[in-house]
Amino acid sequence: MDLVETYREELRFARKPLGRTLLILLLVALALLPWWGPRAWLSRASMVWLLAIGVIGQNLLIGYSGLISFGQAGFLAIGAYTFGHLRIAGVPFSMALASAGAMAGLAGWLVGFPSLRLKGPYLAIATLGFGTAVYQIFANVEWLSGGRTGLSIPALQPPLGLSRDVWVYLVYYGIFLLFTGAGYNLISSYVGRAFVAVRDSDIAAESMGVNLSRYKLLAFAVSSFYTGVSGALMAQYLGHLEPQAFNISESMNFFVAVIVGGIASIEGSVFGAAFVVLVPALFGSLRWAVPVLFGVAILSVLIFEPLGLAGMWLKTRLYFRLWPFR
Amino acid sequence: MERFLQYVLAGLSAGSLYALVALGLVLIYRSTRVLNFAHADMATVGTFIAFSVITSGLPFWMAFTLAIVAGAVIAVVFYFGALVPAQRKGANHLGQVILTLGLALILQGLTVYKWGAEPDRFPFPLSDTKVWKLGPVFVSELSLGTLAAAAAASLVLYLITQKTRLGLAMRATSENLQAAQTLGIPTRGVLAFAWGVAAALAVVAGVFLAPVLLLDPFFMLDAMFKGLAAAVLGGLNSLPGAVLGGLILGVAESLGGAYVSLEFKTSLAFILIVVVLLARPEGLLGKEFQERV
Repeated sequence: MDLVETYREELRFARKPLGRTLLILLLVALALLPWWGPRAWLSRASMVWLLAIGVIGQNLLIGYSGLISFGQAGFLAIGAYTFGHLRIAGVPFSMALASAGAMAGLAGWLVGFPSLRLKGPYLAIATLGFGTAVYQIFANVEWLSGGRTGLSIPALQPPLGLSRDVWVYLVYYGIFLLFTGAGYNLISSYVGRAFVAVRDSDIAAESMGVNLSRYKLLAFAVSSFYTGVSGALMAQYLGHLEPQAFNISESMNFFVAVIVGGIASIEGSVFGAAFVVLVPALFGSLRWAVPVLFGVAILSVLIFEPLGLAGMWLKTRLYFRLWPFR
Repeated sequence: MERFLQYVLAGLSAGSLYALVALGLVLIYRSTRVLNFAHADMATVGTFIAFSVITSGLPFWMAFTLAIVAGAVIAVVFYFGALVPAQRKGANHLGQVILTLGLALILQGLTVYKWGAEPDRFPFPLSDTKVWKLGPVFVSELSLGTLAAAAAASLVLYLITQKTRLGLAMRATSENLQAAQTLGIPTRGVLAFAWGVAAALAVVAGVFLAPVLLLDPFFMLDAMFKGLAAAVLGGLNSLPGAVLGGLILGVAESLGGAYVSLEFKTSLAFILIVVVLLARPEGLLGKEFQERV
């Protein structure tokens, strides 16, 4: 898009002063959403933030490393239940969140081992098996899932006289910014380039000195860490956990978000998360219409705009750059 | 011992349905390198069409034929309407797999819209409760019919792919697309035919599965994942592997459910597959296409 002359410039997040100003304005406006937006948007926006973290994780895996996982719901469940049990045991929010991520990351690292030998569809089946196994374990082992009544998670206590949903929104927004920033940093580092190299051709990457096993396992671990955190935030958001929330269709949601948002794009992941939250919210009364819209969105993205919403955003920006003169 | 045989037989009957699904998936994977996630939903739509035709009073064979044709038509339309344009846009394999996921979601939504989400009983000429005694084991009319249908369908598929000119063209196309095109094989048509046959096989599986379960928009989902697992187990580009994988998976699941743990029946099957894949990453009979840098 631009002529980049130095590596420092390449690393810079927003290169032009105008872009930087607009970005900061947007971020501030979103941080102040509770004070200007309608109440109904608040919980939806919190949902977008928490889902976006998981979608970024999934995108790091599918989009950047080229490894397919249909087991995202499993990592989501592991994160959610670790978080839930720790919160019930009285562990503070931030520590429970970190352990949820770590636990899911560990599981991801373990699931990553088959990825060293399996490719494409074979890996998809192995991860699908993992997702199914986790779902069945949580559905059948009572002390894990809290049995028939499910698991109730203590709510966050808002400080400074804020109302609870405002506080939840701000916390989620902060965590979202943290993880998005970390994601951007990761992909523009050596690690991110190693992921991309593995995706484009693992044999070539290996012969260029990329340690395949290390980076495939790392991709799985990082991706499931993100997903685990997303699951923990989802647990806190729902306030009540049941294994049914983590079946295969949840994994599909992540998939739809990655594709519609834009594969191999962090901002695309955020757009995708917004898409999968907002479409059901808009068409809530027509339950059958939601999968049809998701499907049509996938088909039209792949046929007309392979880079998804992120690609459209890029094209819009390119258009307006020369705007009055074209 | 009798109990064991009984479980094996139950497993074979379930496994033959997995094999039918797996055959379709392998047929598609072999020809277009696409893992078809819409397989279950094509079968579901076909089965629901059969259901509508039967409840409108027409005979079963007519409904069955119509359902098969409908499934094949959906697959061919999808191939020409979505897959080919996406390929022209340069969609990679993952992109094409995701296209089928999109089709799955669309069909799912439309099925719920047209037929509703409540389960229905599927009227079927073979009964699930009428039982015959074969030596030491009991076998129901329905599972016998299922086994026969699966065997017949596999045989027909075998004859098509191995004994006809069309089958030769299919094998050539899957072996090397460019070379096949150069030799004047109409590859688009051949691939579309493969998609149609695969969907027809899936509909057969759906029609035989529906009387065992209740008919609802998601009844094929489990069978499809099992079929997918069976296909991977047998090797994704080997048609005999699909049958073998399906039967092994069915028997393993039935025995696992009987002797180890009923709740973790599905997980046990998947664990078996992961173990097999770790030892043989290309499945039991598969030989994966070589990749060049």
